Amino acid sequence: MNRSTIDLWVGIFVAIGFGAILFLALKVGNLLTLDRTPGYHLQASFDNIGGLKLRAPVKAAGVIVGRVESIRLDPKSYEAIVAMRIDRDVLFTRDTIASINTSGLLGEVYIGLDAGGDTVMLKDGEQITKTQSAVVIEKLIGQFLFDKASDAGAKK
Amino acid sequence: MAIEALGDLGQGLRRLGGAVTGGIAWLGYAARFMVAIIWHSPAAFRRLHLTLREIYFSGVLSLVIILTSGLFVGMVLSLQGYEVLVRYGADEQLGILVALSLVKELGPVLAGLLFASRAGSAITAEIGLMKATEQLSAMEMMAVDPIARVVAPRFWAGVISMPLLAALFSALGIFGAYLIGVRILGVDAGAFWGQMQAGVKVWPDVSNGIIKSLVFGTAVSLIAVLDGYDAKPTAEGVSSATTRTVVVSSLAILALDFVLTVFMFRGIGS
Repeated sequence: MNRSTIDLWVGIFVAIGFGAILFLALKVGNLLTLDRTPGYHLQASFDNIGGLKLRAPVKAAGVIVGRVESIRLDPKSYEAIVAMRIDRDVLFTRDTIASINTSGLLGEVYIGLDAGGDTVMLKDGEQITKTQSAVVIEKLIGQFLFDKASDAGAKK
Repeated sequence: MAIEALGDLGQGLRRLGGAVTGGIAWLGYAARFMVAIIWHSPAAFRRLHLTLREIYFSGVLSLVIILTSGLFVGMVLSLQGYEVLVRYGADEQLGILVALSLVKELGPVLAGLLFASRAGSAITAEIGLMKATEQLSAMEMMAVDPIARVVAPRFWAGVISMPLLAALFSALGIFGAYLIGVRILGVDAGAFWGQMQAGVKVWPDVSNGIIKSLVFGTAVSLIAVLDGYDAKPTAEGVSSATTRTVVVSSLAILALDFVLTVFMFRGIGS
């Protein structure tokens, strides 16, 4: 095996090795997201997003129709603004309700969209006005205990 | 009777003591050898084609076994992980399970073990045979330092190849997990990648894996060249040196992995 062939093979080896490191850093470690599915954007603001993460699915009737693209806090209203990318061929009515749900007890958090009866459809960049926040179990339990205690107090 | 037993005990103790001091002396020799390699490295790097040739032999020729093993380890991990996760309805977490276990543990450790048995043994056998056929002595006669000409290029080739091989192992493993998990078992592709990207951090997760593989590469290469250089110049000596390389470097990888993991958990964790 002559020297230039060895150089070539070592070059290929080092190149794909660094390619693998880049893959681990960019694709697995998420320094860069490559998403090229055609679609349009919708926004919704929630009081509490619970455990919602970037790229979480957006589902309508249980079918995935899009992904969460960005989550940020509105510094004025202290609400979370969630931007979603929805598949191009799925349109939602203006009175659609967006809610944050969890699939199963330990499953991932997703956004559910329930379309209403309006005839006007939401366009790219528009806001979903009717939203329902994530259910925080600690709050539910706290509420339950508080109600119990006040019931017990009322009976005495 | 009692005196005989005492004599046996004395023999046993002497042997134990001999093994301990022998082990410590070996460690000292290894450290001295490492310093000698680093001392002679500039001379070795001046003739870069020697190192490139060794990267070809230990890195490029290990590619097939590393890539295949990575793919299959990823596929098996995916099947087994899915089996448990789906019981709790958490099969979307498959991506992060596979990626974290590959990038932080399995990639560096398994690639290191494969590297030790594929490339480390070959290095030991080659250097040991060079010694047995007195090629190393011949080099010294011609005023060529065998550490600069033979040992250092092989050592550095191992140190350079190992992180690249471990990264390839992890990448192929994640691809294998994707094939099984998403294509066959039907985990949602977006959740697979999304959960993975939400859970794996470049620093410290990916970088810890690279640090581990660098340390393993150094340890395996040092043990391989040292065992070859230190081998008894007979056929039997070379064969036992080759065996020792595989055994000692596998144990070293597992022990170092534990130590490094403890450091990384305590240090940059959380």
